[in-house]
Amino acid sequence: MISVFFQYDFLTYSLYTGLMIGFLAPFIGVFLVVRRLSLISDALSHITLSGVAFSLLLGRYYPFFAGLNPIYMGMAFSVSGALFIDRLRNVYQYYKELAIPIILSAGIGIGVVFISLANGFNNDLFQYLFGSVVAIRQSDFQIVSIITIVVLLLFILFYKEWFYLSFDEEQAVVSGIPRKPLHFLFMIIVALVIAVSMRVVGILLVSSLMTLPVAAALRLAKGFKQMFIYAVIFGEISVIFGLISAFHLDTAPGGTIVIINILILLFAILFSKYRRA
Amino acid sequence: MGEKKTPYAIEIDHVFFSYGQRDVLQDIHLKISEGSFLALVGPNGSGKSTLIKCILGLLTLQKGSIKLFGQSIKKFHEWNQIGFVSQKANSFNSGFPATVFEVVSMGLYGKIGLFRFLTKRHKEKVKEAIKQVGMEEYMNQNIGELSGGQQQRVFIARALVSEPRLLILDEPTVGVDAKSVQNFYNMLRKLNTEKKITLILVTHDVGAVTEYITDVACLNKCLHFHGDTHEFEEKQDEMMSTMYGHDVRVITHNHDHDHHDHFHDHDGSDLR
Ligand SMILES: Nc1ncnc2c1ncn2[C@@H]1O[C@H](COP(=O)(O)OP(=O)(O)OP(=O)(O)O)[C@@H](O)[C@H]1O
Ligand SMILES: [Mg+2]
Repeated sequence: MISVFFQYDFLTYSLYTGLMIGFLAPFIGVFLVVRRLSLISDALSHITLSGVAFSLLLGRYYPFFAGLNPIYMGMAFSVSGALFIDRLRNVYQYYKELAIPIILSAGIGIGVVFISLANGFNNDLFQYLFGSVVAIRQSDFQIVSIITIVVLLLFILFYKEWFYLSFDEEQAVVSGIPRKPLHFLFMIIVALVIAVSMRVVGILLVSSLMTLPVAAALRLAKGFKQMFIYAVIFGEISVIFGLISAFHLDTAPGGTIVIINILILLFAILFSKYRRA
Repeated sequence: MGEKKTPYAIEIDHVFFSYGQRDVLQDIHLKISEGSFLALVGPNGSGKSTLIKCILGLLTLQKGSIKLFGQSIKKFHEWNQIGFVSQKANSFNSGFPATVFEVVSMGLYGKIGLFRFLTKRHKEKVKEAIKQVGMEEYMNQNIGELSGGQQQRVFIARALVSEPRLLILDEPTVGVDAKSVQNFYNMLRKLNTEKKITLILVTHDVGAVTEYITDVACLNKCLHFHGDTHEFEEKQDEMMSTMYGHDVRVITHNHDHDHHDHFHDHDGSDLR
């Protein structure tokens, strides 16, 4: 079933890209979930949508943008959105979660305006909304590879600091860990991972790949390190099945990925109940 | 490292702090000698935790200055020499998937520094600290699966693991059972006398610690008293009634005339 992915170059790219995203999204998702920030992925994916729509719109008028992968604009929007969320969380000290609906609705609002200006929905946009196997290009593969390497490196370097900051920010600061630069770096990584993940899972479903495998891992993991192992295994399983079924049944991969993740989550919940009983 | 020689671990000078309109600390002067074991007492809302947060540099002073080991906290870098167990240690995200071992090793992160990793020696230290608080059975359990008192012990181990020169504990024994509290105070005394660690203990129960501590400071917006344990025992009745606003006596647990007075409710105003 999976062998077809090695017969055509474009499918090989999408398989590898998918595997990297199946790693990246749940991996970063672990930090988001334990910091109770999982909704940020929804807000940022919608901002990414407006970036993509903007790029598609510009593509109508300027040949430069027509040739440019819209993912770049999506990344730029996502990063600015992340920085805005951070600002807003400081403005509303006691209502931090407000930042998320603000950015989320801004993302959809701006996106819809750009889409209408570009004369409505077309096939391209559909692929961004729900993911696609066939639309993944070599350039997507390259971007995702770079981001995977960067995330891995930063993670190895700053694992202990991010872990401590997520667990107990006040104590981490007291022990001399530089919160601000590390938090900034983290937000940028989150924004980038969300922007690139949308290629495979689709903008509307990115958050599911970041949170559902983590939710399942939470039921099973002993300790923080195991969280990553479980979350990434679940993420990869769902992406592989998602891609295969997308190709053979001609469905959007995002939907299948979500369904598989939900099945895994149900199993994890049942299993942990059974184990505790 | 440009550190001036002083006999003081902490020098608090002319410190004011308020949250918005609410004045919490007024003109605090307090010098804490190295090697002392200070109990910081005062009613709820008297600013004890606030003062601690100022010392730790978590809050910015409106006025005054604080020095740690002779160095202004604005320039202080050796935060790994300071251990801290916060009052709300048990209000952390209790579902957090981290094992006891992982939580205690956090105590070393500041000391290890950026771009470095836990070595075998560090791991031994972590295990030692866990043993010190009697939690070795639970080493690989998730912290959320422990009782409140057990969690508190884990946080104490985290503060101890980096072998700090100064250890600040904000009501660390809340939720810890009586027998463990005794062991805990004995352990603190050992740290204080054998390892020469300076200790600050925020507590509501001075009576329970008089035999362990060397000094007492009473806070209620202003510093009402600071002196050694003997002076405190002479003045405590007077002290407590001015601070708490009622005739409240400290229950000294090892005396047989146990009173069952409670610290009465008060509205925190007009206590001076
Ligand atoms: N983050 C905050 N924002 C505004 N006011 C605060 C804040 N934290 C504390 N306060 C106020 O400052 C005063 C002192 O609080 P603090 O926590 O220092 O008291 P405390 O002596 O530690 O009391 P407790 O014995 O209950 O722990 C209280 O009146 C409290 O309402
Ligand atoms: Mg307090």
